[in-house]
Amino acid sequence: MDTITLLLLFFSLIVMIGAAVYAAIMKDLIFATIGTSLISLALSVIFYLLHAPDVALTEAAIGVALSTIVFIIAIRNTKRYEDEK
Amino acid sequence: MRKLVIISLLLVLGYYLLDTFAGAEFGKDRKVLSNYYLEKSPSELQVANAVTAIVVNFRGFDTLGEVTVLFLAATGMGTILLRRRSKHTGLNPQRTSPEASKIVQAAGKLLFPAIMILGAYVFIHGHLTPGGGFQGGAIIATGFLLLLISYRQFKVEHKYVTWIESLAGLTFVSIGLLGIVLGPHNSFLENFLNVGTLNELTSGGVIALVYIAVGFKVAAELTGILDTLVNIRETGDID
Amino acid sequence: MNQILTYSVYGAAILTMLIGIFAILTKKNLIKIVIGMSIMDSGFNLLLIALGYIKGGTAPIFSPAVEGKDVIMVDPVPQALVLTAIVIGFGVTAVALSLVIRLYRKHNTIKIDEIKTLRW
Repeated sequence: MDTITLLLLFFSLIVMIGAAVYAAIMKDLIFATIGTSLISLALSVIFYLLHAPDVALTEAAIGVALSTIVFIIAIRNTKRYEDEK
Repeated sequence: MRKLVIISLLLVLGYYLLDTFAGAEFGKDRKVLSNYYLEKSPSELQVANAVTAIVVNFRGFDTLGEVTVLFLAATGMGTILLRRRSKHTGLNPQRTSPEASKIVQAAGKLLFPAIMILGAYVFIHGHLTPGGGFQGGAIIATGFLLLLISYRQFKVEHKYVTWIESLAGLTFVSIGLLGIVLGPHNSFLENFLNVGTLNELTSGGVIALVYIAVGFKVAAELTGILDTLVNIRETGDID
Repeated sequence: MNQILTYSVYGAAILTMLIGIFAILTKKNLIKIVIGMSIMDSGFNLLLIALGYIKGGTAPIFSPAVEGKDVIMVDPVPQALVLTAIVIGFGVTAVALSLVIRLYRKHNTIKIDEIKTLRW
């Protein structure tokens, strides 16, 4: 691994952990969903850097697009805020 | 207090997990089984993408189980969400979301054929380049999602989705059963066609055909899941 | 250098899993619990792929660029496993969320401690 790859790998790992914390603590569920989609985006970059292009393609298509929209449809049919009754 | 207990328990769990996995050094060559797969994939099967060879041929039975799980998920969602018709009004109430703007509608119409072609390319070339049935199917479902969220009156005909899904599943199983009859070792999903030469579109024998069937099946299943979810308020109602 | 990489990559994957488990255990909102499951899934997938990585390896594709050369390829078996795990994970998320919607229609709340019939 050369330096640029390493820097990109560490950057993506930090983005992934940050997005995971954001998704776990955010009270607004729409923002938490955007956090999970950011995890998937960082994860697909990491998969590409670890030489797994097949998995990166799957994660990009399913994690970023389909999973997010399923969450948003579910939130639209229920409540938007975590503490709302 | 409860959170503190949970955090300390998770830290203990994390320490032991990290301690276990730190013994497996990152980047070390520890292939045992994979060496066999990596050797057989280009020589015997003439498939360039080793992941495709594993998913469809060496571990093909697992893939059959997986598309079955996805089918059960799609069917189960239909049962959970759309069981009861609206009792209060005789006619179907319209979806409550407002119509998307003209820009979204025009862009959706423009992008839809391009997304279809990309998805088809990804699963037809699954044995040559990164990609395959699962990725291509997911991309095609994204295209239908674009139309579902931009046009309120757009409907996916469940009859055709079910037909495509069933036919693709039947193709998968019958290719597998033909492998028992025609294959040289008489086992399930065995290759019985001419394998061709490496890095050509016609290489790989049955692997390309099975992955195309998987692509159609996954696309139909994911589109069915999305259509069920988007149309919740049209048929289902509070009971 | 390799030691740092080992600890940072595996550590990040395990930390993501732990954040997901924390969200599952402490949150009361059902959709938040499903989000926790999704986070845990991501961490586990990263751990499996990182175990299959080989230093100096290339993607396991015999393209014309590597034909005839002596190259090391990364382990394709975890990749095939994770490929199916992601798709199954999406199916699990979709079914879980449809159950959440169904519970909301029945009880008119998605907070787990207000759904009285779930208690024993």
